Amino acid sequence: MSFFPYVLAAWLFIIGLYGIVTSRNFVHLVICLAVLQSSTYVLLLSIGYRVGGVAPVFAGVKVGTPAVDPVVQALMLTDIVVEATVVALLLALALQLQKHTNTLDPDKLKALEG
Amino acid sequence: MNRRTRLVFFLLSAAAFAGVYLWGLKGLPPVGHYRGPYGDVLNRVATYERHVTDVVTAVNFDYRGFDTLGEEFILFMSVVGGTVLLRRQREEEKSEHRDESLADQSPERQAPEASDATRVLTLALVGPLVVFGLYIVAHGQLTPGGGFQGGVVLATAPLLVYLAGNLKKFKQITSHTLVEVTEAVGAGGYLAIGFAGLILGGSYLRNVAALGKTGMINSGGTIALINLATGLEVAAGFVLLLYAFLEQTLEIRLRGGK
Amino acid sequence: MSTLAPLPVVIPLSVAAILSALNKFLHRRISEALAVAATVATGVICGVLLLQSQAQPVIHWFGGWTPRAGVALGISFVIDPIGAGAAVFASLLVLAALVFSLHYFDTVGTLFHVLMLGFLGAMCGFTLTGDVFNLFVFFELMSASAFALCGYKVEEPESMQGALNFAVTNTVGAFLVLSGIALLYGRTGALNMAQIGRTLGGNLDGLVITAFVFIMAGFFIKAAVFPFHFWLADAHAVAPTPVCVLFSGIMVELGLYAVQRVYWTMFDGSFAAHRWDLRALLLTLGSITAVLGAVMCFGQRHIKRLLAFSTVSHVGLLTIGFGVLKAGALAGVTLYVLGHGLVKAALFLVAGLLLHRFGSVDELELHGRARDLRATGAVFFVAALGLAAMPGFATFRGESGIIDAAGSIGQGWVRAIFFISGVLTAGAVLRVWGRVFRGMGKGEEAETAGAKKINEGRETTQPSHGIPAVMFAPAFVLVLLAIALGMTPGIKHAARTAAMVMQDRASYQARVLEHAWIPVAPAQEEHTPMGKGLAWSFATTAAALLVAFLSLSRYWPSKHALTRPAAITVRGLRSIHSGHIGDYVAFLTFGVAAFGVVLAALVHFH
Repeated sequence: MSFFPYVLAAWLFIIGLYGIVTSRNFVHLVICLAVLQSSTYVLLLSIGYRVGGVAPVFAGVKVGTPAVDPVVQALMLTDIVVEATVVALLLALALQLQKHTNTLDPDKLKALEG
Repeated sequence: MNRRTRLVFFLLSAAAFAGVYLWGLKGLPPVGHYRGPYGDVLNRVATYERHVTDVVTAVNFDYRGFDTLGEEFILFMSVVGGTVLLRRQREEEKSEHRDESLADQSPERQAPEASDATRVLTLALVGPLVVFGLYIVAHGQLTPGGGFQGGVVLATAPLLVYLAGNLKKFKQITSHTLVEVTEAVGAGGYLAIGFAGLILGGSYLRNVAALGKTGMINSGGTIALINLATGLEVAAGFVLLLYAFLEQTLEIRLRGGK
Repeated sequence: MSTLAPLPVVIPLSVAAILSALNKFLHRRISEALAVAATVATGVICGVLLLQSQAQPVIHWFGGWTPRAGVALGISFVIDPIGAGAAVFASLLVLAALVFSLHYFDTVGTLFHVLMLGFLGAMCGFTLTGDVFNLFVFFELMSASAFALCGYKVEEPESMQGALNFAVTNTVGAFLVLSGIALLYGRTGALNMAQIGRTLGGNLDGLVITAFVFIMAGFFIKAAVFPFHFWLADAHAVAPTPVCVLFSGIMVELGLYAVQRVYWTMFDGSFAAHRWDLRALLLTLGSITAVLGAVMCFGQRHIKRLLAFSTVSHVGLLTIGFGVLKAGALAGVTLYVLGHGLVKAALFLVAGLLLHRFGSVDELELHGRARDLRATGAVFFVAALGLAAMPGFATFRGESGIIDAAGSIGQGWVRAIFFISGVLTAGAVLRVWGRVFRGMGKGEEAETAGAKKINEGRETTQPSHGIPAVMFAPAFVLVLLAIALGMTPGIKHAARTAAMVMQDRASYQARVLEHAWIPVAPAQEEHTPMGKGLAWSFATTAAALLVAFLSLSRYWPSKHALTRPAAITVRGLRSIHSGHIGDYVAFLTFGVAAFGVVLAALVHFH
């Protein structure tokens, strides 16, 4: 049980990769990338977890109470917002692609062969 | 490669990849047994040194403030990139002078008018949402929250107006230039506060403002200020992205065409 | 603490924010001037930091958070000569790209300059930082700016596809790096590179190997090493010229820089007993990349794609240089990066000039059209010689450093790889020169083994009849610099000292964590005989000229029985480069898995 979150992180990474490799739609592909991204969140947050620890917010809680790691949480919360905008960037690319070629299917795009 | 080859190739590679990843994960301490030392040291000293109770915010805007500056600029560049990529091209025009009646829109883009229930609910929520967003931004140094989280909440308020009305109403309440300037001010503000730390304290992003009393809203010194700047920037950034996407999908048409 | 240290990041980002705020109000000339000024200022400050770092690495702790009892609380910049040198080089290339795009380039308000400045700030932060998560953040910032710059020409559908291929593969790479960082954090509880290196000690177990594999693979994706290199040609084929200059000139090289920085500060302790396993892997990987890139390069007709594949090939050579894992080779890599970046940038700028003047970068379509562009042709020709590492160029100095170091550990065979790469890549570029600037060979009717024509749209307004000085000058200056670096005495010694500083893990850790002053031992004088290297280099150049000449003449055997297996192999290789994102990511997964399995097996069975 105590390694399950790690295995989950690995699974999410692989399933995200699988989605990208077999995707038929660029919007779906970008969302698979977001799934891949959540794998890193699960990994980092489980590394920082402490059984029986409180949240690292000491409003009303005495300093020195065992708490979970604040560093990974800080890393994650900025990352989530940031990756949302990167996903937006990729979706903008997909949107313009659809507008010009009328398709979002990677199989149908032949312009960059060789 | 055709689909089948690619799939087989990938599945074999993924199996090996999984093996490598799991082998590496085995070396980690079991979940729930975080060993430190980084987090433990910070948990102990942050409240004492910076008078904030939310250690996560202290880490974000003080101890590792430079990282957060970088992340904020990733957001900034992505928004600029989105604006650049969704720009109106030479062969296109904006159909804003046309009414957005159902007949004008192409079949795939038709959306029914918002129902009365939707309109009442969304408009009623706009006010509380803005207050809530501002609350989260301002109280970042006391309780979970801060500029990033509150900024995103603030950015959804104009979106609700769009849902209640149409794109024209959305554009009326969000002046594009003002939002652009706000975003730049937020980003520039963060840089400037850091610079003040360099001039007054000898190192960039040093906390040189008055630290205040723990538990009060003005505690944390520059943490509170950076919080506000970030909130502005994130909110403005997301509104700009929404603006660009909505304009691209709803208004920009091929010149003279559909 | 140095007050200059944060400025290379703060200045470009501040000016970017200002330009963005005043986007609608500023005249184009003013925003151009501000961008150029910011770049020059950044370059000058990095230069000062480079000089300061010669004595001791310059350290800056952000927020004033100096370490306590060996635990780093904040983020640090640790500026050593190689890092500062890379930042100076980045500023130089951004300056060249900005000058090239003055007046004519089709910018979108000020936003092009905002993205370029963001890119510059990110590169400076990337090279100067001493914290591994900070490295990741600047990696992401570099990527975000790069994605938008790559897809800049939204009118062309290939642009979107190329940018998407680039963006998806590099983002997967970034998450691989982050996963590796997470594993290291789980083991060491630290994010500071010096502290992690110290805590990891000398153990090499599954977690350390996997973390290493993930981080290396992620950065190798950025560096376009086989099998992660597929995105590079696509991105270069569609990105605007000033952006290609930056991609090939510095961005991919920074991927390799990160690998070296991470290895020498964090992992070398653990791998000290297994250096030969790592060497075997890296030398093989580098050789495959170099040969594959060279072969693919020769078969292209789209000039930018041709140059992109030559970058892949040279990155393979750089990987070999890193893989030797010795100071002399690292010094060689530094010089090679500089030399290659300068000539590659010049070549791309000339390609951009051709696009501006003739509206095309297709080799066959441009047949003979640039006959009257004598000065431009001369620059192109000389830069091609630099690709072959002819003596006199910085690339020759770098190459000889790497080969000598490899020879000293018994791996002198890498000379053959350098030869193949030099002959084919320089040969391809010389062929282009002959066809475009001299009218040799055949024109559009020629079939270059089925290479498809990729249409490249214009990126400039007002096509003129002459050569604008702002477009020609940067290329000319960069080639001159490549020769200057190749001939100035003392450069090799400086590079050697800088390399030794980078590799000295104990001093790095002591300096960062304890603020101790450890003197840098000066590099011993190198007296390797130059004769063999000179001879091989001249031979490479001569062979490249020969190959180019032959491929243009009617004696080039295209359907001969002897060359059929070669043609089939090339066609097979070309079909693998399909442009399909699913293929790319499948190869990516394969590469990471193979890297991990091979390294684990090698370490286990030794």
